[in-house]
Amino acid sequence: MKLHYEVPGDDFTRAGDASGDVKRRLKRLGFPPDVIRRAAIAIYEGEINMVIHAGGGTADIEIMPDRITAVLSDNGPGIPDVEKAMQEGWSTAPDNIRALGFGAGMGLPNIRKYSDSLNIDTAVGKGTTLTITVLANPAQQ
Amino acid sequence: MTINDIKNLLNATVVSGHQLLDTEVHNACGSDMMSDVLAFVKDQSVLLTGLVNSQVVRTAEMMDMVCIIFVRGKEPSEEIINLAADRGIVLMKTSLRMFPACGILYQAGLRG
Repeated sequence: MKLHYEVPGDDFTRAGDASGDVKRRLKRLGFPPDVIRRAAIAIYEGEINMVIHAGGGTADIEIMPDRITAVLSDNGPGIPDVEKAMQEGWSTAPDNIRALGFGAGMGLPNIRKYSDSLNIDTAVGKGTTLTITVLANPAQQ
Repeated sequence: MTINDIKNLLNATVVSGHQLLDTEVHNACGSDMMSDVLAFVKDQSVLLTGLVNSQVVRTAEMMDMVCIIFVRGKEPSEEIINLAADRGIVLMKTSLRMFPACGILYQAGLRG
């Protein structure tokens, strides 16, 4: 199953539409609760990042029996220092975003924590593409 | 304890999800930072927060939480209420501040 979502950059309240929809679909498909939660959180953090930093983007999700793959792409400013961005607590989010409960520098670290693989393809001035994979049954892979 | 027990302990008002008050809950967390809830919370079913926006409901949804309690008398908007109702999450509000609200629930047996 392939799903495509537009993540609007100008409406913070809609961040979570894509991950919420994916979560409900995975539930209906009978994936284990832990797998559903990990995939939903990773995609949700990605959505939040695209809204905060990149003016929105797209989310393409592929659901296979053994894995969920999410490709999150934006045309934002890119990440100048990926190593720093992966450090817990390091954030470039402005104060108005912190006031909304985000921007604690946990976004990318959380995505890495909850996924089985994370690939970051980013270029300053061009944008960022995250490829996130969550395995449906990691112990057996 | 049930969500209804929490309501009584915190002298809280139920904003939405009245039909779910008999739901059993065993643990909770308190935070105004949703990033931290997503990072550190595991299997907690109740969220106490002073933050009022729709991402609180989104975060609770992602974490499979069943009840959100707004502390410090915070009022959720219609949009937040509708989103929570759609997701089957109980919303409550209490005039208590975060620390006493958490303390009361902890003393009554709810764990972190």
